[in-house]
Amino acid sequence: MAVAAGKAARAASRLRGGGSALPGLVVERLDPRFLTHALADLPRGVVVITGTNGKTTTTKMLVAILREHGLTVFSNPTGSNFTRGVISSMVAEISLSGRLEADMAVLELDEAHALKFAAEVKPTHALLLNVARDQLDRFAEIDHTAKLLAELAEQTTIGVVLNLNDSFVSRIAGRVPDGVGVTYFGVDPSIADRLPELQEADVRFEDDFTPPKPTDADGLLKPHDERSFEVRFGATDRVGPMVLKQRGLAAMINATAATSTARALLGNEFRNGAAVAALERVEPPFGRGEVIDADGQPLELVLVKNPAGFTVALSTYGNTPVTTMVAINDDYADGRDVSWLYDVSFESLRGKGVALTSGVRAYDMALRLQYDDVAVAQVEPDLDVALERFLTEYEDEPKRIFCTYTAMMALRRNLAGRYGLANFGEEAQP
Amino acid sequence: MSSQPNGSHPRSKGQIKVVHIYPREMSIYGDLGNTRCLASRLRWHGYEPLVHQHHPGNDFPTDAHLVLGGGGQDSGQARVQDDLAHNAEVLRALAADGTAMLMICGMYQLFGNAFITIEGERLPGIGILDVTTQGNAKRMIGPVVLDTAYGDVVGYENHSGSTELGPGQRAFGTVKSGMGNNGTDKTEGAVTGNVFGSYLHGPVLPANPSFADALIRLAVERALAEPFVPGDINDEIAEQARTRQVRRLLR
Repeated sequence: MAVAAGKAARAASRLRGGGSALPGLVVERLDPRFLTHALADLPRGVVVITGTNGKTTTTKMLVAILREHGLTVFSNPTGSNFTRGVISSMVAEISLSGRLEADMAVLELDEAHALKFAAEVKPTHALLLNVARDQLDRFAEIDHTAKLLAELAEQTTIGVVLNLNDSFVSRIAGRVPDGVGVTYFGVDPSIADRLPELQEADVRFEDDFTPPKPTDADGLLKPHDERSFEVRFGATDRVGPMVLKQRGLAAMINATAATSTARALLGNEFRNGAAVAALERVEPPFGRGEVIDADGQPLELVLVKNPAGFTVALSTYGNTPVTTMVAINDDYADGRDVSWLYDVSFESLRGKGVALTSGVRAYDMALRLQYDDVAVAQVEPDLDVALERFLTEYEDEPKRIFCTYTAMMALRRNLAGRYGLANFGEEAQP
Repeated sequence: MSSQPNGSHPRSKGQIKVVHIYPREMSIYGDLGNTRCLASRLRWHGYEPLVHQHHPGNDFPTDAHLVLGGGGQDSGQARVQDDLAHNAEVLRALAADGTAMLMICGMYQLFGNAFITIEGERLPGIGILDVTTQGNAKRMIGPVVLDTAYGDVVGYENHSGSTELGPGQRAFGTVKSGMGNNGTDKTEGAVTGNVFGSYLHGPVLPANPSFADALIRLAVERALAEPFVPGDINDEIAEQARTRQVRRLLR
C-alpha cells in the first residue's frame, strides 16, 4: 500500500516538474519502517557516505566503480540526500512487495540525517569525507558536525573509511567499535602542501594531532599534473594513471576516497583497471562543473555552499579565468547567513572582474567583492533578468556562474527551457 | 561601476592600530570581515591601518586604538579562557581609557560578567560590559534589524546564550526584527563608553558602514588627538544591500 502510494506521488510530482522528496514523505507517513524493511536484507550491505563537501561526486564515483565490477547497486542519485530523498529514490526501483532488487546500497546522506538513517538501518560501511563549516545556521557548530560523524562511525557494523588528513575525521578511528575495520584515504606526503586547497586550516588546531601512518590498505592521491593522477596503495600497488572529466584537486581526492572504499568493500574482487575505466567515465554531477552549450559557448554552473567549497571552486577554476557571474540566495537550502562569504578570498577574480552579481543577496555579494578589489560590472538581483543579460551581453565568450543551491535550481530551470536540457533532478544521459 | 569606492590617498593622515583578538579561535562566522572592512575603510579615508592579530599566550598590545573580537564555538572559548583572564587587566584599562572595541557573539559574552551554563556552572567573564548570559537549549538564529544610534543596523544572529543587561546598562540597539539579547526585552547588545558588544554577524561592519565609520572616528580621535577627517567613500552598494534587507525584514 505504502509503495503504491509513493509511486503515485512520484508520478504526480514528476508531472509537476519538481519536489524529489515528496514521494518519500508520502511513504514515510504511511509506513515508517519502510527503510528497514527494504534495505536490511541487501546481501552486500549498506554504505553511507557523508561529510561536508564532495558527497555527491564521491557517491557517483563509488557507484560507478562497483557497477563496473558487475554489482547491482542502489543509490540516491538525485542529490536529494535526506532520508526522504532516499525513500523517494527507492520507490522508483522496488517491487510492490517492498523488496529492493540490488546487491548493495550506496547512499549519500547529510551529516544530521545520516544519524537519523542509522537509527532505522545500521550501515555496514561508512565513508566519512571531511568536516568544514557549512550552513552553521542548521548544524550550529563544526565540533557538533564532527560529533555527528563519530556517532555514525559507532553505529557502523563492518568497516569505516576515514580521511587521513582531516584531523576531525581521522580522530574518529578511536571511536570505531572493536571488530569494525578502519581504512584511510588521503594525499601522498609529496603534495601535503596542497592540503589548504582541500580544507580550511583556520578552524583546525594541529598542536595535538599526528595523522595515522598509512598502511597498504590505504589509498593516497598522487597527482602527476593538473589533470592526471594515480591512487597509491603501499609501495607498489597503483590505481591509474587516470584523468577525470571533472577538473580540480577536490575531484581527485573524491576519486581517491571512492577507490579506497571500493577496494575495502570488494577485497580480492577489486580490479585496478575496472576502477580506472569507471572513474574516467563519470560525468560531473549536477552543478559540480556541469558544462552547458550556450549558443556555441561553454557555460559552467558551479555550486557553492560554504567557505571550503567556494575556496576549492575558485582554486579549481583559477587557472582558466572566464567571464563570471555570482548568484547568492539566502533560503534555508543556501544557508540563510551570508557571513560566510567573508571567509572566502576572491582575489583570483580580480584580473577579469565579475560581470554580474545576482540573487536575493546580489548587493551583499557585490559589497564583498568590493572589499577584495574585484570590479563588478552590474548588480541585478532578479536571476532571470541577470541570466538574460549575461548570455546576450557576453554571447561570444566562455562563461561561468558560481551559485548557491536555490539560485542554481532557478538558473538551471531557465537554462533547461532555453537550451532543451534534461529536466531538473535528472541526469543527462551520457 | 568601479570596485574602488574612492581614489587612493598619496599621504597618510596617520596610523591607526587595529587589534583582532583571537582570530583563529573566535571568528567562525566571517567576523574577520569586520577587521578587513575597518582596514579598507581606514585606507579609503586616508589613514594607515596597522592590523595586529592577538593569539593566546602573548601579551595584549597596550597601544591598541581599536579592538575587534568575534564569535566562536565552545572549544574556541575554552582555548582563549586563560589568555583572556591573563590579559583582563590590560583590556579593562584600555576600555576605561576610551579605546574603541567591538565584541561580537562569543566575545561579547566573555566581555560580560559571566556565562552560566545549562548545568548551572558559572564561567566568569572580564566584566567590561554589565551583562550576564544564561546558556539555553534553544538557539536564537536568524536575520536581524536594529534601531541604533547609527540608524537601522542589519545582521544575522546565531547564539544559544540568553543575555540580560544589568541595571543601567545601555543596549546597542532596539530589536525591530529578530530576537536580540534574549528574545523578550527587545534589547540587542550593550554599550559602555566606547566598548560595543553585539550578537550581530553579517559581518556587521561592511553591512553597516555608518557604524563602521563611528568606530573609526573614535579610534582616530584617540590615536591622533585630532578630529576625524572622513574621505569621500561611495557606499552605494552597501546602502543598497542594507536597505533591501531592512525592507525585506520589516515588510
